[in-house]
Amino acid sequence: MTGYRFSLNSAGLIARPAGTLLWPDERLLVISDLHFGKSERMGRRGGALLPPYEVSDTLDRLEAEIASTAPQTVVCLGDSFDDLDAGHNLEESPRLRLTQLQAGRRWIWIEGNHDAGPIDIGGTHLAQITLGPLTFRHIAEAEAQGEISGHYHPKARAATRRGLGARPAFLIDVQRVIMPAFGTYTGGLAAGSAALRGLMSPTAKALLTGAPQVALPLSHCAPR
Amino acid sequence: MKDLPEPLAGWIAAQGWALHAHQRAMLEAAGEPALMLIAPTGTGKTLAGFLPTLAELAADPRPGLHTLYVSPLKALATDIRRNLRRPVEEMGLPIEIEERTGDTPSSRKRRQRAAPPHILLTTPESLALMTSYEDAPRLFAGLRRVIVDEIHALDESKRGDQLSLALTRLDTLAPGLRRVGLSATVEDPERLARRFARHPEPCRILHADPGPAPDIAMLDLPSAPPWAGGGGRYAIPQVLEEVARHRTTLIFHNTRAQAEIFFHELWLANADALPIAIHHGSLDRAQREKVEAAMLAGQLRAIVCTGTLDLGIDWGDVDLVIQVGAPKNVKRLVQRIGRANHRFNAPSKARLVPANRFEVVECEAALEAVRARDLDGAPPGPGPLDVLCQHILIRACAGPFDAEALFGEVCRSGVYAGLSRAEFDDCLDFVATGGYALKAYDRWQRLVRRDGLWQLRDPRATRDIRMNIGTIQDSDTLKVRLRGRGGKSLGEVEEGFAASLTAGDTFLIGGEVVRYEGLRELVVEVSREATRAPKIAVFSGTKFATSTQLAHRILAMFRQPEWPALPRHTAQWLALQREVSKLPEHGRILIETFPHDGRAHLCLYGFAGRNAQQTLGLILTKRMEELGLDPLGFVASDYATAIWGLEPVPDPAALLDPTFLREGLETWLAGNALMKRTFRASATIAGLIQRNLPQARKSGRQATFSSDILYDTLRKYDPDHLLMRITRQEARRGLVDFDRIEEMLARSGGRIDHLALDRVSPLAAPLLLEHGRVPVHGRGRERLMEEEAAALMEAAGLS
Repeated sequence: MTGYRFSLNSAGLIARPAGTLLWPDERLLVISDLHFGKSERMGRRGGALLPPYEVSDTLDRLEAEIASTAPQTVVCLGDSFDDLDAGHNLEESPRLRLTQLQAGRRWIWIEGNHDAGPIDIGGTHLAQITLGPLTFRHIAEAEAQGEISGHYHPKARAATRRGLGARPAFLIDVQRVIMPAFGTYTGGLAAGSAALRGLMSPTAKALLTGAPQVALPLSHCAPR
Repeated sequence: MKDLPEPLAGWIAAQGWALHAHQRAMLEAAGEPALMLIAPTGTGKTLAGFLPTLAELAADPRPGLHTLYVSPLKALATDIRRNLRRPVEEMGLPIEIEERTGDTPSSRKRRQRAAPPHILLTTPESLALMTSYEDAPRLFAGLRRVIVDEIHALDESKRGDQLSLALTRLDTLAPGLRRVGLSATVEDPERLARRFARHPEPCRILHADPGPAPDIAMLDLPSAPPWAGGGGRYAIPQVLEEVARHRTTLIFHNTRAQAEIFFHELWLANADALPIAIHHGSLDRAQREKVEAAMLAGQLRAIVCTGTLDLGIDWGDVDLVIQVGAPKNVKRLVQRIGRANHRFNAPSKARLVPANRFEVVECEAALEAVRARDLDGAPPGPGPLDVLCQHILIRACAGPFDAEALFGEVCRSGVYAGLSRAEFDDCLDFVATGGYALKAYDRWQRLVRRDGLWQLRDPRATRDIRMNIGTIQDSDTLKVRLRGRGGKSLGEVEEGFAASLTAGDTFLIGGEVVRYEGLRELVVEVSREATRAPKIAVFSGTKFATSTQLAHRILAMFRQPEWPALPRHTAQWLALQREVSKLPEHGRILIETFPHDGRAHLCLYGFAGRNAQQTLGLILTKRMEELGLDPLGFVASDYATAIWGLEPVPDPAALLDPTFLREGLETWLAGNALMKRTFRASATIAGLIQRNLPQARKSGRQATFSSDILYDTLRKYDPDHLLMRITRQEARRGLVDFDRIEEMLARSGGRIDHLALDRVSPLAAPLLLEHGRVPVHGRGRERLMEEEAAALMEAAGLS
């Protein structure tokens, strides 16, 4: 299985180039911040009408990840929908594709700040879940151990090189992992920003998604 | 001849003034529906524009808006208000004059809408905003005259396109409205007038006396300029001498960074402590205003500046203009020279300082063009559709509209006269539904049609739309402030530059060397650093490309058997090039290949301007990578592109196959950062991306995501979307400038000279010393990144 191997609270994990996290021993795949329906929500609010292709693009990439990892359990770490209405308004075709992905496996929707509440799409809705040594929740908590969370959409670029574009990134230290956002229309918060540095230990690293998967000391990541 | 009415005539006589012929002519032609005055700087152009207004208002000071004055600069509006107030007060006329710009307090803006002054001074953006209000018909109903100042400058940008659309609105709201345009000398007054007038009606053109020919020459310098670079530092002693000999000198530079470095060096050499200041667009506003006030008070002997002083009022007694670096564009040079004419009918005096050897040639070509009064300028393209999209949004804010009527109105703009109904409908569809191949917004259309009229589905959207009016693209900049409580604001730097800084780095801003301390809430915090040499001021102003006409003049100069007009060092250099290689010719393309520094080099003299030569570099290196020639990088100037790599190119002429180059634009270049920047600008203007959000947060989580994602998504799923078409259209000019590549191909008609040399040629050598080398983004670069990251991790003990 391609990806960056590391362990957290003695669980062996693989951070995949696409921005998903695999726990092979449990055949569990984690995805964060899908933000389905973002363009629909902006349009609904009277704003610009963004290219309406992000749901299907996000699903394309999600299907590819599930096909190549064949997980028994999928955990979506919250903000899976840009808001509850975006979930309810999701069209027939993406609904069907989600249902097909859910078939034959356990599917857990963790609540996020954007989608706090149940959505009429299959799967289990939970505030958070602890499985063995690991806890899955949307927003990191300062004292947690073995925690996998999302919410911040970290991205990183090396401060030492100019002209290198920022990419979504995993932040990893001995206590926790903060996952990159998976949705096509998601911005990011610089890994070196005060909010993220405050959560991570001084020896944390930022692991850039994409190929090649580059790991950088968080202390070298640009604050913007 | 029509006499000036009282009390104007009496007041002007009391000042001891006499009207210029063109000012009288403007009074006589005051009834023309469209009128344009072409006059050099400092000839009382603006007064000429206002005289008819003052005369009419003196006769009939009825309340309500009479004249709207639009200028590209807020500072100009402020200055005009000051200048008009004095005569109005001294004549005791009950005429109200107010300005309305982005800086006007909102309480005054509200009052102005309820009870407008007689004369309102504004900018294109503020005017567009005013037309977006529902009460715009009431506000503008009695408007009689609209005066557009510095129209030559506006016409070259999307600000002018937007203004031209706003004028069509005003025409509808105020039938009988008269247009008056004020312009500096331009190469094609008829074209400018056609674009300004209400289409298809004529526009009368008045020419002021152009005055005596300028006294313009190269600055006499004892030493030859350096081979490469753009600073002009070698000329500092002579520049200081000139400053000492004149009352006030403007020292123009092409970029902000060069202005900063030059200013710094100037002060190091300024033994007599002559009062010299700096003025450019990145400086803090308060600081710029201080410089302007000092200049107005005659306290400064020189100002180091950039294009920010191209326009606007005559500050003080400027009697010399020095242009450092090649002028790039004859028209702009002439306008800059015009800044030095404090005495009417005395010739303006200007000196050129070429910053490197090639610029000597370009300066000489520009001098010839100025003497021949041969101005340059590319004919403008069709009215840009992104600006039209914004106009439709603005129109929707003002209330429901009929598509047919709006189309008719837009076509009366001289800029959009050639707009087809299909193009208009595409823009309307984009604004209303997003215009995507996949119909997804049936429920959430931005505009809906009710009873035959288009209107905003959600009226709350007006706030967002109004906040994002305008076509100026400010690059992402961060404020620079001195560290500590209430630290002084120094100006702005580009975000990319800020990201490259680490604590302890030093750079120049506002003539000071400062030390980077850190980033706090999106403010770059610095401390003063008196002793150390600066790292560099890399924040760039606009990088202009040398105009087509000037490039042609240089190529024509190359044909001469010898060059008596050029300094000896430069003439010898060209002769040597002719001897060991060839000089580039107008109807051919010269390619030199040679080994140098262990790498195979290729130098292509296209004379297509910096941006197009850069684009050529991108396309050609991509092709070379495909052919397995392992290019490593390239560098581009206004005249040539030099590429280096591991393998020599066996058949360079084949690289210039036009079909293949055009394919390069469509395919490889489409994924390039230049295209993404082009897209971002248009998508912002068209309203797909919002620059300003009502709830914009100062720190923390980004509310938006990168426009690159939208571009990539459209390229993948909807490549023929309106915004993609606009982006491709924009790429003909601007950063990509593909039209100049086409011009190069047409001019040379496939006649390519390839010279395989055994060493670098005299003409190519300076190019290899230029800054701005672009590494080729190949597999090698990723490998470098992995290696560097691994080293970092190891150093941090994290491997």
